[in-house]
Amino acid sequence: MKTALTLVFLLTATVLAQTATPTGNVDNGKRLFLRDGCYQCHGYAGQGGLNGARLAQTKLPFVAFNAIVRNPPSGNMPPFRAKVMSDQELADVYAYIKTFPEPKPVKDIPLLNQ
Amino acid sequence: MSKSNVDRRGFLRGAAATAASVAAQVAVAQTPNIAARPVAEKGVTVEVTGNERPGSDFMVDVLKSLDIEYCAANPGSSFRGLHESMINYGGNRNPELLTCCHEESSVAMAHGYAKVEGKPMMVMAHGTVGLQHASMAIYNAYADRVPVYIILGNILDAEYRRGNAEWMHSVQDAAAMVRDFTKWDDTPVTLPHFAESAVRAYTIAMTPPYEPVVIVADGALQEEPIEGKDPRIPKLVVSAPPQGDSAAVAAAAKMLVNAENPVIVAGRLARTPKAIEHLVELAELLQARVHDQRMRMNFPSDHPLYANPGVLPASPNISDADVILALEPQDLYSSTHSQTPFNRYGMEAHSILKPGTRIINISALELNHKSNYQDFYRYVEVDLNIAADAEATLPSLIEEVKRVLTPDRKRAIAERGTKTAKVNQAARDRNRELAAVAWDASPISTARLSAELWAQIRNEDWALVSTDRMVSAWPTRLWNFTKHYQHIGAQGAAGVGYGAPASAGAALAHKKHGRLAVSIQCDGDLNYAPGVLWTAAHHKIPLLYVMHNNKAYHEERMYITALGARFNRGMDNIDVGTALINPDIDYASIAKGYGLYAEGPIADPAALGPAIKRALARVKAGEPALLDVRTQPR
Repeated sequence: MKTALTLVFLLTATVLAQTATPTGNVDNGKRLFLRDGCYQCHGYAGQGGLNGARLAQTKLPFVAFNAIVRNPPSGNMPPFRAKVMSDQELADVYAYIKTFPEPKPVKDIPLLNQ
Repeated sequence: MSKSNVDRRGFLRGAAATAASVAAQVAVAQTPNIAARPVAEKGVTVEVTGNERPGSDFMVDVLKSLDIEYCAANPGSSFRGLHESMINYGGNRNPELLTCCHEESSVAMAHGYAKVEGKPMMVMAHGTVGLQHASMAIYNAYADRVPVYIILGNILDAEYRRGNAEWMHSVQDAAAMVRDFTKWDDTPVTLPHFAESAVRAYTIAMTPPYEPVVIVADGALQEEPIEGKDPRIPKLVVSAPPQGDSAAVAAAAKMLVNAENPVIVAGRLARTPKAIEHLVELAELLQARVHDQRMRMNFPSDHPLYANPGVLPASPNISDADVILALEPQDLYSSTHSQTPFNRYGMEAHSILKPGTRIINISALELNHKSNYQDFYRYVEVDLNIAADAEATLPSLIEEVKRVLTPDRKRAIAERGTKTAKVNQAARDRNRELAAVAWDASPISTARLSAELWAQIRNEDWALVSTDRMVSAWPTRLWNFTKHYQHIGAQGAAGVGYGAPASAGAALAHKKHGRLAVSIQCDGDLNYAPGVLWTAAHHKIPLLYVMHNNKAYHEERMYITALGARFNRGMDNIDVGTALINPDIDYASIAKGYGLYAEGPIADPAALGPAIKRALARVKAGEPALLDVRTQPR
């Protein structure tokens, strides 16, 4: 029963996320990621750090991503309003972030297993 | 002893000038008592003596009695007598002169050296232009509670100044410029006075809280002959550090033993290796998590009670605590409060502590408060404040804790420790997962840089002689710091330009112990006074600089970006005034020009490991090396 409910929830969430996600232009998203300084705190590869959250492999649907960028809940991230980054531009950035490759498993990196 | 030619009129003129000066300005130091010296009258030839025993020789004897190993200096005419005596009379040993290209480098080298060696290096500078250069580095050392022994050259007596430069380089009260951020200074007027003040200055610098001190060595006092027998050099006895009041320590022990969730915050605690041993013992007795502020190497980073292995911020530890023991903390207010973040207007602060949480503070800072520079942070309402050196107080606190521990409390405390160890291990595993994310990225990730470096030093007797704050603290998160000398913390007052010279000074301290020193060197920092690379090469200081070259004053670029967004102005201009591009700076060529082995720029992560290996081979052979690595921003 629990598994079935979880499945329904995930399917619903996925459908909602897909319908709410505008189509983004990856190339323009990359340009904006650099122009607007996203890389400064989140890294060129979206790896994050002490100054910014990890973006690579984000599980956030676009709706939640949009909400955080427009009105960051806490920390040092400034609010990026539509005047600075339009809805379409934000969708482009989101599309670019989604292209960051999966990292290698830790077990396959000898230097991280010293 | 050479003959001295005393001129009566000169003597009287000097005496009159002295009297007028004292009457006019009581606070200003007196004219040195060196009136017995030649002053030319018209038609009278001044005898040029063959003096072979100037006052500066005696000054060197005094300095040798303090067992000062090195003196960092950019040469200056106002202390030329002392300079000459040091290298010729003193044999350039204890202290040995280090040739520096900037006074800021001299002081920062002394700063890094003291944090490893536990005692001051000497610095010489002009009382005017040299001290102006040195002042930012002195403020860093002051805010970092580090002893630096500074001697300033100056010519107080106007009649003794020869020409343009000696007037430009003279000042009424040389130490005034840095009095707000030094612990003590004096302007001796005789050689016995110099001896007494020089010894006193050393003891004051080395009594917690450690701080820089200044002695002004008058030019005439340096260069005029010693009259008669040498003055006596007072015996040096370094003071025992102040220990906490026994009743207060007993009260602290009771609070800690009865706490359900105690947390220890360690700031500038460890002055010596003993502090780590004591802190480990106390933390294990209480099974208390230790939040190390990384101002010093206070606690082993691989210990199960280490509360901040990088990704675990301080606040969850502290907000869960019912008793907080702060040991020489920095900015305890920010550790116990949330403040309006940078992305919001205004400023509101709220305590993050649970109601009823009690704070015990042990710090020597209150024994040396000053008011002008605001390095004391907001006032924190604590429940028990012990004005004492925390390291010196730990042994008695441990004994008191042992005395009041009951079998019941021991059982409860043991259960707490098991939970903490699991949390800590999970955080370390998470660090490795995060390090993998941009593993093959170019520019090279700071996690990859740190892991590559760690792979090649971990089996050596190594030391990191830089802060790791600018590379997302990856060394703290991935390496195992266990020994006192393996980490020296940051600048103190966040004054940039400290990194490269402090690394060189710390590496110099490591040299005689045969330790392998590595520095993660920020590009913006190196550009303040890169001449220190030449100093490292000239004095054969074994040290590997690995550049964190993100091509910007990146902290400031982040601020400008954030404000551009907050004010809806966009980010088109964020590189203006912050980025180090157009042209890119070629740090390998710069380093080669100063005589270092260097490679770079290295942007391919696969090329980094072999480059580190080649550079470390040169460092192990006794020379400095530099690798220019193009890195991710943080």
